Amino acid sequence: MRFWDLLAFAAGALRGHRLRTALSVTGVAVGISAVVALTALGEGARRYVVDQFAALGSNLLVVLPGKVETTGGPPFGGVTHDLTLDDYRAIARLQRVRRSAPLAVATDTVHFKDRGRAVPVLGTTADFAAVRRLAIGSGKFLPPGDPDQGGSEIVLGVTVAQELFRNENPLGQIVRVGPWRFRVVGVLAPRGRSLTFNMDDLVLIPVRTAMRVFNRSSLFRILVDVRMRDEMSLTRRDVEKLMAERHRVEDVTVITQDALLSAFSSILNALTLALVGIASVSLAVAGVGIMNVMLVSVTERRAEIGLLKALGAQDRQVLAAFLAEAVLLATGGGVAGLALGAGAIRAFVGIYPNFPASPPLWAVAAALALSFAVGVGFGVWPARRATRLDPVAALAKR
Amino acid sequence: MIQLEDVWRIFRVGEGEVHALKRVSLTIKRGEHVALVGPSGSGKSTLLHIVGCLDRPTKGRYLLEGREVGTLSEEERSLIRRHRIGFVFQFFHLLPRLSALANVELPMLFAGTPPEERRERAAQTLKAVGLSHRATHRPDQLSGGERQRVAIARAVVMDPAVLLADEPTGNLDRASAGEVMELIERMNARGLTLVVVTHDPAIAERAKRVIRMDDGELVGGSA
Repeated sequence: MRFWDLLAFAAGALRGHRLRTALSVTGVAVGISAVVALTALGEGARRYVVDQFAALGSNLLVVLPGKVETTGGPPFGGVTHDLTLDDYRAIARLQRVRRSAPLAVATDTVHFKDRGRAVPVLGTTADFAAVRRLAIGSGKFLPPGDPDQGGSEIVLGVTVAQELFRNENPLGQIVRVGPWRFRVVGVLAPRGRSLTFNMDDLVLIPVRTAMRVFNRSSLFRILVDVRMRDEMSLTRRDVEKLMAERHRVEDVTVITQDALLSAFSSILNALTLALVGIASVSLAVAGVGIMNVMLVSVTERRAEIGLLKALGAQDRQVLAAFLAEAVLLATGGGVAGLALGAGAIRAFVGIYPNFPASPPLWAVAAALALSFAVGVGFGVWPARRATRLDPVAALAKR
Repeated sequence: MIQLEDVWRIFRVGEGEVHALKRVSLTIKRGEHVALVGPSGSGKSTLLHIVGCLDRPTKGRYLLEGREVGTLSEEERSLIRRHRIGFVFQFFHLLPRLSALANVELPMLFAGTPPEERRERAAQTLKAVGLSHRATHRPDQLSGGERQRVAIARAVVMDPAVLLADEPTGNLDRASAGEVMELIERMNARGLTLVVVTHDPAIAERAKRVIRMDDGELVGGSA
């Protein structure tokens, strides 16, 4: 029996029961679209995080005080040495470091006239813009120079500028942070949230000034931009060694982005797999639906099966014919499900344009393979029942 | 050409056994027209099924064209049905979703005949049964007599050695029945061996040889 004849024969049988065919195709389509849409979301979440890290600067090392970072506790442990501006300078001089930026952070209220806004105040240096890939919207960034020279310049995030100045031009204006007065030199370009801080809703001042304003001797972090991407771990060791020499004890933690990234990545992969697992349940249900439809079909078409045998159809041909029907149902559902899933993703992206949801190619291929497998897997048993039918008994009934 | 030697067919029904065929020995020569008659349950359909390789004898030998076929594998028996045997049934057994032409093509479909050749041969055979003008009609658009003629076309399209008809006129009016019988008798005249199961005496009379059955046994010396 020719392959195309087999398909045409099976398709003809399916056309005989349009409603039943449509319903079982729909069942598979729902399952497949769920698999596709959920993988797309999972994959989108992963890509979102990766993008966020890339925006952070992909060659970034972060030096923080304390050997083990305990989140939620007080930021500065008492037993460790402070991270100082001297530490920062030493790190910045390292061979493999392109540039580095110190970071001191506190939350304070920025005042302009009668308006005030409580925002994170970041004390840093001119290199911070390059390290964190920040763009300036108007004016300039903090001036370069000796970090110990605490100036009174301030750079505003775009939201802060809008909230405090409304329609006025903030450049050159004087704002207050506590009793301290600062002159606005620049406004950042819109950036949005980038994992740690909302870059639109903060202000930046020179690091020495910040430490004075906050009355702190220790830095919050030192950010390190490594020259070569493949020298990340070498540089990390350099920094650790340097800090161990300077503090005479290993009391800092150096995080590479890759470590964070791979942690996030594996979590999100697990999430994606879980979502796919859930979606597969609906696919299994659809498979049982196909099995049911095929069993009904075999029972209904006893006379046809008997006739085919009388006409000389071999058992394997009868098996192939019924299996082809099941596979057509399933793959038809698979294709419809892909379309449905793609539609759902498009709708989702329409609502959340920033979320990079799109089904990975492997998921599309897997969905089609899966629907084929469902057709074969759930079609075999009904088809075998068809072949086992005794033609004499099958033909005896009208 | 058809040779049965002491054939038994025993069905197990629950604890008991039903002897559908007992001691059946029978020879049918090439080109014969044989009517198989007898009351319901006399075993004539069972005999026809064994001759048609749809059923196997419980005991005894069955030779078709000199070949022992009772013990062949299902695969080989399918091929014998496909190439050597044509069936015609009381209830036609046409596939309702297919056109008359496609119904006639069906045996060639499973034989893997190329589509053009298939269409050609089916069209010719439909023409031979006088239904060229009905080729695209589906069975529910055809009369009973026409349906049976389509079924006959389907039975002979593979050019079999023997045509087995199980009450071919049982569902037809007298006029259609006459047409159908004439058609298969014409084929018989051209050398096709014909075995017709019937309990209509008028149909049986048309045969050159009548084999009577009762309670699973051949009656009289007709074998």
